[in-house]
Amino acid sequence: MKTSLDRHSGGSLLLQSTRTKRRNAAETRFKLYGIAAIAISLLMLMVLLTTIISKGLGAYQQTFITLQVELLEKKLDKKGNRNLTDIKKVSTFGYAPLIKASITDTVEELGVVTGLKAKQMAGILSKGAAAQLRDYVIANPGRIGDTVQFRFLASSRVDGYLKGRVSRSSIENDKNITPEQLDLVDSLIDAGLIEKTFNIDFIVGADASDQRPEAAGMGVSILGSLSMVLVVLALALPIGVGASIYLEEFAPKNWVTDVIEVNISNLAAVPSIVFGILGLAVFINYMHLPMSAPLVGGLVLTLMTLPTIIISTRAALSAVPPSIRDAALGVGASPMQTVFHHVLPLAAPGILTGTIIGLAQALGETAPLLLIGMVGFVASNAPDSIASGLLSPNSAMPAQIYEWAKRADPAFYERAWGGIILLLLFLVSMNLVAVILRRRFERRW
Amino acid sequence: MNDMTLTERNVDTKDIKIAASNVQVHYGETHAIKDVNVSIEDKTVTAFIGPSGCGKSTFLRCLNRMNDTIQTCSIKGKILLDGEDIYDKRVDVVQLRAKVGMVFQKPNPFPKSIYDNVAYGPKIHGLARGKSELDEIVEKALRRAAIWEEVKDRLNAPGTGLSGGQQQRLCIARAVATEPEVLLMDEPCSALDPIATAQVEELIDELRQRFSVVIVTHSMQQAARVSQKTAFFHLGSLVEFGETGQIFTNPNDPRTESYITGRIG
Repeated sequence: MKTSLDRHSGGSLLLQSTRTKRRNAAETRFKLYGIAAIAISLLMLMVLLTTIISKGLGAYQQTFITLQVELLEKKLDKKGNRNLTDIKKVSTFGYAPLIKASITDTVEELGVVTGLKAKQMAGILSKGAAAQLRDYVIANPGRIGDTVQFRFLASSRVDGYLKGRVSRSSIENDKNITPEQLDLVDSLIDAGLIEKTFNIDFIVGADASDQRPEAAGMGVSILGSLSMVLVVLALALPIGVGASIYLEEFAPKNWVTDVIEVNISNLAAVPSIVFGILGLAVFINYMHLPMSAPLVGGLVLTLMTLPTIIISTRAALSAVPPSIRDAALGVGASPMQTVFHHVLPLAAPGILTGTIIGLAQALGETAPLLLIGMVGFVASNAPDSIASGLLSPNSAMPAQIYEWAKRADPAFYERAWGGIILLLLFLVSMNLVAVILRRRFERRW
Repeated sequence: MNDMTLTERNVDTKDIKIAASNVQVHYGETHAIKDVNVSIEDKTVTAFIGPSGCGKSTFLRCLNRMNDTIQTCSIKGKILLDGEDIYDKRVDVVQLRAKVGMVFQKPNPFPKSIYDNVAYGPKIHGLARGKSELDEIVEKALRRAAIWEEVKDRLNAPGTGLSGGQQQRLCIARAVATEPEVLLMDEPCSALDPIATAQVEELIDELRQRFSVVIVTHSMQQAARVSQKTAFFHLGSLVEFGETGQIFTNPNDPRTESYITGRIG
């Protein structure tokens, strides 16, 4: 009969017992599970990134048409006195004939045969071309009478044709463009008048109306997002750090602080839309702060970010070894001196990381912004769009992306993906800053 | 100092620096210190010995109110420093701790430069009027802690980069820089090697010239080597308190004898 002691004795070390074999197999299996999990998540990440980049990169390029336009004096300044008020009386409607004339002339010069009327030919340009012309004339009234070279945005269909989104078969039921117009575009491409280039206006420009997706940009919503983040930083950091220091270092540990602690942890898990409706009820309906304003957006996001900051700050504070507090108190530092001279500097990297992660969360938040109307349509470029500051209507990056994604024109869909690339760039760079700060300030004790 | 000469050691009668009477400490439900009466003399090294958990560290931390930071801790009884009750409502703990300095079990220098470690106390207490005066204080403290020669060329190096023994001496320098009247040491050598221990013990003997030193130690040899008075704690009570020579050679209480001969603890 074998006793338990016998099981260990007698076997060779060179042979694995069944029990050891089973254990080793389990360990190998567990490692494989881990590797599989990582492989799956990497694959997902790759799919995500390639989708975003392949769909969104197009938004950073735009098709432009170069045309020579004669700024006819009899159309633009009938009295001939270059009086700005008179020039301004001519609406964009008055500029349309100039564009038509210009494109007709160009087509004739090139010797392209087309059955298109002047209006149809001008249809390959963006609907904003006349406004671009008018802006130029108002800014340079002295050029009236000259022939000036312009780079006009092409219409979104032409742009899509160059990017491969639009083809002759896909436009069969499209009233916005005809195959003849595409023939014209082909000839103009051959003549080098139509080209696709990098479009800085997508990054710095304002949103545009449904009719002109080619002109829409993220610029204003970036400013809106940044001003909201500033509001969040200015409010959430001092409030959050102050609250954490008090709770962690000074507050008596009793049921009141326990309740507060539980509530803070719960608040971090509250869906952001709840904060949105709270902001709508309190800041807008009760306090009568303006709708769509970055200040209100910032306040709502502050509510959302505070728990994150408080939790990470408290974790950072409690990670500071108690021996440091003892040392400071032991040489006669007051509790406040202990905190500000010793504990807080040691906790700073953790606090910074938590704050930046909270801010990144706030930057990407959409739902509460929809509830407080942070989807303002601002068509004017900076600096006009931010002139009235935190109280004027604005948009935010994720809200802008949402707006574009729900518009009908596929050109907006492309811009939504492009916007996501920008948003991700912002988030990645913020997280990078967090990592760098943590590396730099991390101290050993 | 030699253990053999303990009995012949001459102990002068000195002024009482700290007088504790009927001290009771509770941690929540636990009765940690039971009715302790002890008088600590000026310019004397008093050692607290006893088995782990006997309350000697707790009692030490009562002497500069470090237990205030522990919420569940309640203290009854009287502790007089120069005749003044340190638990009086009017007493400011900051001023108390400037008078009663402390060195901890684990060396705990601030993660700052050696200079800043020592200069911190004088700075917050406003002991120096200018940079040169502060420099003097720092040098004096480091010399007293017998570490000046080792660090004088790298005062701006981080204090955490020193060896364990150097760190502990740095902590002692930090504690003496504020010119305390009493220095409490909570097992200051437990994390040190024998050489560093010898250096710290030598230092304690020198510090006795100016301060009243109270040291908690697990090592009975250390207590015998450095102290003039010894208090033996057991299960929260002060069992015996007297001249070190008498405690180690001729204890009155059988429990003391059992402990120093290694039968309990």
